[in-house]
Amino acid sequence: MITSGIEEKTFALNLGPQHPSTHGVLRVLLEMDGEYIVKAEPVIGYGHRGHEHMAENRNYQQFLPNMGRVDYLHALAFNQGYCMAVEKLIGVTVPERAEFIRVILNEMNRLTSHLLWVGAYLMDLGAFTPFLYCFDDRERLLDLLDRITGSRLTYCFFRFGGVPVDLDDEFIFGTRAFIKRLRSRWVDYDNLVTKNVIFINRARDVGIITREMAVQYGVTGPTLRGSGIPYDIRKSEPYSAYPLFDFEIPVGENGDILDRYVVRMREMEQSLRIIEQALDKLPNGPIMAEKVPKRLKPAAGEVYQAVETARGEFGCYVVSQGDIKPYRIKLRVPSFSNLSILPEILKDTLVADAVAILGSIDVVIPEIDR
Amino acid sequence: MEQVGQLLGSDVVRILAGLIGVIALVAVNALFLIWMERKVSAHMQLRPGPMEVGWHGAIQTIADAVKLMGKELITPEEVDRPIFYLAPIVVFLPVLLCFLVIPFSQTMIVRDMNVGIVLILAFSTLTVLAILMGGWASNNKYAVFGAIRSVAQNIAYEIPLLVTVMSIILMVGSFKLTDIVAAQSRCWFILMQPLAFILFIICATAETNRTPFDLPEAESELVAGFHTEYSGMRFALFFLAEYTNMFIVSAVATVLFLGGWHGPILPGVVWFLIKVYAVIFLIMWFRWTFPRVRFDQLVTFAWKILIPLSFANLLLTALLLKIF
Repeated sequence: MITSGIEEKTFALNLGPQHPSTHGVLRVLLEMDGEYIVKAEPVIGYGHRGHEHMAENRNYQQFLPNMGRVDYLHALAFNQGYCMAVEKLIGVTVPERAEFIRVILNEMNRLTSHLLWVGAYLMDLGAFTPFLYCFDDRERLLDLLDRITGSRLTYCFFRFGGVPVDLDDEFIFGTRAFIKRLRSRWVDYDNLVTKNVIFINRARDVGIITREMAVQYGVTGPTLRGSGIPYDIRKSEPYSAYPLFDFEIPVGENGDILDRYVVRMREMEQSLRIIEQALDKLPNGPIMAEKVPKRLKPAAGEVYQAVETARGEFGCYVVSQGDIKPYRIKLRVPSFSNLSILPEILKDTLVADAVAILGSIDVVIPEIDR
Repeated sequence: MEQVGQLLGSDVVRILAGLIGVIALVAVNALFLIWMERKVSAHMQLRPGPMEVGWHGAIQTIADAVKLMGKELITPEEVDRPIFYLAPIVVFLPVLLCFLVIPFSQTMIVRDMNVGIVLILAFSTLTVLAILMGGWASNNKYAVFGAIRSVAQNIAYEIPLLVTVMSIILMVGSFKLTDIVAAQSRCWFILMQPLAFILFIICATAETNRTPFDLPEAESELVAGFHTEYSGMRFALFFLAEYTNMFIVSAVATVLFLGGWHGPILPGVVWFLIKVYAVIFLIMWFRWTFPRVRFDQLVTFAWKILIPLSFANLLLTALLLKIF
């Protein structure tokens, strides 16, 4: 806290918790010298719901819906991380078709998350229109996801041992059509945003995260890859059906906010590639593992499972003591580590840049507060 | 009877009628512009915009205005009351006065002053005073930020604006708006001074605080900038002034570059309004396409690019006038 009172030259400014650009209820205490930031301090906890504690008071299945509410933008990755951790704990193998379905839906969810980020981020920079374009695309994805999972935002779809609903032809057809459509839209995005002089001038060399800094703070996801480190759980610790697909990990060079933007845009293209390949190779077979007990009572032990969400590494650490309830579930969320770098990179920047930098890290506040 | 006739023809009546006309125009124009902005933005953003109230939402703005009038005028405790109350009025008055000298057609002009353009430029600058008053008196850090930004921005952009206008005045040799329009009966100045037109539009966008130069009210940075603490009709007055200002700069652009009321077939006033709304559409187009520039970039752009360019344009104009 900046408690020492305001010095003669500087003053305190509260950015949030109710501010258009803090994307939820984040509060950043800024110590300002004119429009320059001397010191920044994120204050978190406004959205604390105690998910980890809730886990200790309910059985394994009952905790599943919570996972869609930790990171509401990429809920399926959290679904998957938790399901895989529990599957590891009870020793269930997921059928191949189910793994494919998980990958397809997961990547689509990643696309929705990135599309929303692009729109909201450009809104932070003062451009309103891209937001609506991104939402138009995102809406179509949500309709497709809605068709299979039954919900649009806080998914609770994956089950221990597979998925409950199979893909149908209409979904596959619609997804292929969507991939084609989104690819044709890149031209618009490129012309209006990526090549826009105002955007480039605002984004280049702003909010630089060097490789060393990124590693020190445990930054993951596109924010890390923007700094040039090709670390992606999907490649480095392959899980689910990801090793079967051919895709790249886009990286940036300087670690400025332009790089982070470019990395996310290129990542969306890679997601499209993964979905396309998965649809082509989609095997036949069951979608649910046999013999998954209704009443889970895993033997004592502990597992850790990491997955790549749209924001970085989500780790689910489950400790069982042979009870029907988990003894402890620790969620390692990417936004928390990514946000921790904020005070470092906000130093000596302008308020306008502060908003841009905060947006470029792509934090989801409920995920930080859990 | 003779006396009545004299009275009707007198200056007093003319000015009174003019003022009433101006106030009516300001109100109708603002209503129309707000509707137009919503429609333009909506169609650029793949959505229909207001559709419910009236034909394609045409009287939606009236409904909004009624709502705003019904709202409580909140005065935060720590504000500097007299200045806080005064600012919305100060922002609105100069805007009204600017209308007095705008020539809608050859005869439709309240007062054809021989310093018309100077008057408009002088009064439109007063807007920044009101913004400073509003921002400062609000006693809110975001509002002060907005106000200070506004002052710096207006000082920076006033210079190229004036210099650009000077190059036109050099060509015409008069400050009178009707003279400037009359000089364009054969060729619009936009064809002779394309650079000046571009400079003028950029400066005008900055003067009216529109995206990409909407820093005083940058929503994602400063919440609502200088009018953060204003509510109800007080906020509406700022809003009204902003849209009316947009009309004025577009009208000035029309007078200076687009040949004012000149045009075939249709009456002059129709041509004038068509041109004004075309310029306004251009400014709206900017807003819904571009991201916002950063403050230091904005000021650098004005001092390092716009001002040298406008002076170069002025010198070139003077040189060419001397030669031919």
